[in-house]
Amino acid sequence: MSELSKIMIGIEHVHKWYGDFHVLKDINLTVREGDRIVIAGPSGSGKSTLIRCINRLEAHQEGKIFVDGVELTEDLKRIDAVRREVGMVFQQFNLFPHMTVLENCTLAPIWVRKIPKADADVLAMKFLERVKIPEQALKFPGQLSGGQQQRVAIARALCMTPKIMLFDEPTSALDPEMIKEVLDVMVELAEDGMTMVCVTHEMGFARQVADRVVFMDQGEIVEEAEPEIFFATPKNERTKAFLAQIL
Amino acid sequence: MIAITWARKNLFSSFWNSVLTFFAIYIIYISLPGLIDWAFIRAVWQGDSRTACLAPDSGACWPFVKANIGQFIYGRYPASEIWRVNLTFILGVAGLVPMLMPTAPAKRWNLIYLVIAYPLIAIVLLSGDRPGLVHVDTAMWGGLLVTLVVAVTGIVVSLPLGMLLALGRRSEMPVIRMLSIGFIEFWRGVPLVTVLFMASVMLPLFLPEGFSLDNLLRCLIGVALFSSAYMAEVVRGGLQAIPRGQAEAARAVGMSYWQTMGLIVLPQALRYVIPGIVNTFIGLFKDTTLVLIVGIFDLLGQVRAQLSDPHWAVPQGATTGYVFAALVFWVFCFAMSRYSVFMERRLNIGHKD
Repeated sequence: MSELSKIMIGIEHVHKWYGDFHVLKDINLTVREGDRIVIAGPSGSGKSTLIRCINRLEAHQEGKIFVDGVELTEDLKRIDAVRREVGMVFQQFNLFPHMTVLENCTLAPIWVRKIPKADADVLAMKFLERVKIPEQALKFPGQLSGGQQQRVAIARALCMTPKIMLFDEPTSALDPEMIKEVLDVMVELAEDGMTMVCVTHEMGFARQVADRVVFMDQGEIVEEAEPEIFFATPKNERTKAFLAQIL
Repeated sequence: MIAITWARKNLFSSFWNSVLTFFAIYIIYISLPGLIDWAFIRAVWQGDSRTACLAPDSGACWPFVKANIGQFIYGRYPASEIWRVNLTFILGVAGLVPMLMPTAPAKRWNLIYLVIAYPLIAIVLLSGDRPGLVHVDTAMWGGLLVTLVVAVTGIVVSLPLGMLLALGRRSEMPVIRMLSIGFIEFWRGVPLVTVLFMASVMLPLFLPEGFSLDNLLRCLIGVALFSSAYMAEVVRGGLQAIPRGQAEAARAVGMSYWQTMGLIVLPQALRYVIPGIVNTFIGLFKDTTLVLIVGIFDLLGQVRAQLSDPHWAVPQGATTGYVFAALVFWVFCFAMSRYSVFMERRLNIGHKD
């Protein structure tokens, strides 16, 4: 089915260097509407850098990246247009500690979408309910557990009603007992048809929801396959070695 | 009983604490009685002229302060126009007090009044450059009036300008970064005395013929730019304490650079550096006394000027005058310090993590 739907993210021959270090080597990836992509790989393989290129928190130096038909260039207007449509969830949550949970969620709708505050509050409460913490709306992030903070971060991104959600190792900074509550929210989101790109080490999540698993190593996409094939019969030696370590 | 328990716990909890307690008591013992004796017991309180303070063993000469209080506050501002200074002061307090109270409403309008409307009102009222008001040259201004004009101008200009310079110094645009660094390092590298001398003596030589800038105004500009450079570094310290992820999260939801800085980064950064900001304000407030060297009489300068008045040449005149000036400075600086403590406590509510 996904072959017929619209291309949401197109990455064509993308290269990136940090000084002399070649972090991304000829990356090609197509994400269609409704796709759930999991990017896996050892640390330092460039997977976080790749996902951060999609909303231009990092700039690529060669190749092309299209998001919802808009090519990412130096043009700040285009970058902001893309960022409005792409939600991102970070490893370290990055909630704004000087604002309440509700204010964290309404900030961007009010200032970027120019929605009246009352409407933004309603919108934010809707998404806080969806991540199952409406009762924490008036607390500050510092008063919440890690799992709760990450769910607020997901709600904050959803409040911009994005077309694509990016997850950059959303459970890596969490205590083990809190991982599930965040993954549950992500699974629900996937079931609702959200287009998602997730960098994660949670292979259970990859098996359960991913349409495709992309394996990166040393700045390259080594293997890209449906989860059943990826986990059962990996082709590349590096993939096999990685899976042997992680499973 | 309670007092003894308290003293045990707080003053004599260990051997070294006890030693320090006794040392502190000793310091108080040798200094306080003399001060009280001078300022209150042997002090002269009544009198209309210097003769009252001529007794050989007398202490502080308070009639000197009382007789000159007008000059200390207003300088040589004409007596018939002093209501304008008082009105300016009242309008300022009326704008400042609700601004400082966190619960007072309409902060935005309050700020617009304080930063835009009030300075214009103050300029018109104080200088009188409008029909219907008598013009009062800034050479006539003096005393606490000048101290407050210089300090308030410095504070009001240095905070926003310092924030811009701090952001500029961290900018990704090389030209803006270089200009900010150049500005900050230049103004931090020269002593304020030099800045004031340049502004007062050298600048007119460079200005075109017939174009003159008021002496006080030139000093105000000098003080404001000087303190902005210090403020910039204080603010930059705060900016550096904010994790990169904060700005990234804001940019990721599509907020612009100015929204990110104004709503996310600066509010957090300024909170961290409240002590440093207030420290700069207090330093600035006391540095205003340096305008004396370019012939402007601030509070301290005015006290010194009155000392040379032969009508009040008394043995304790100088000491009394300086103690009075010190007390006035201390009241202002201490008030700023307490307010900063209050704000720090308040901002910490719900913010501990």
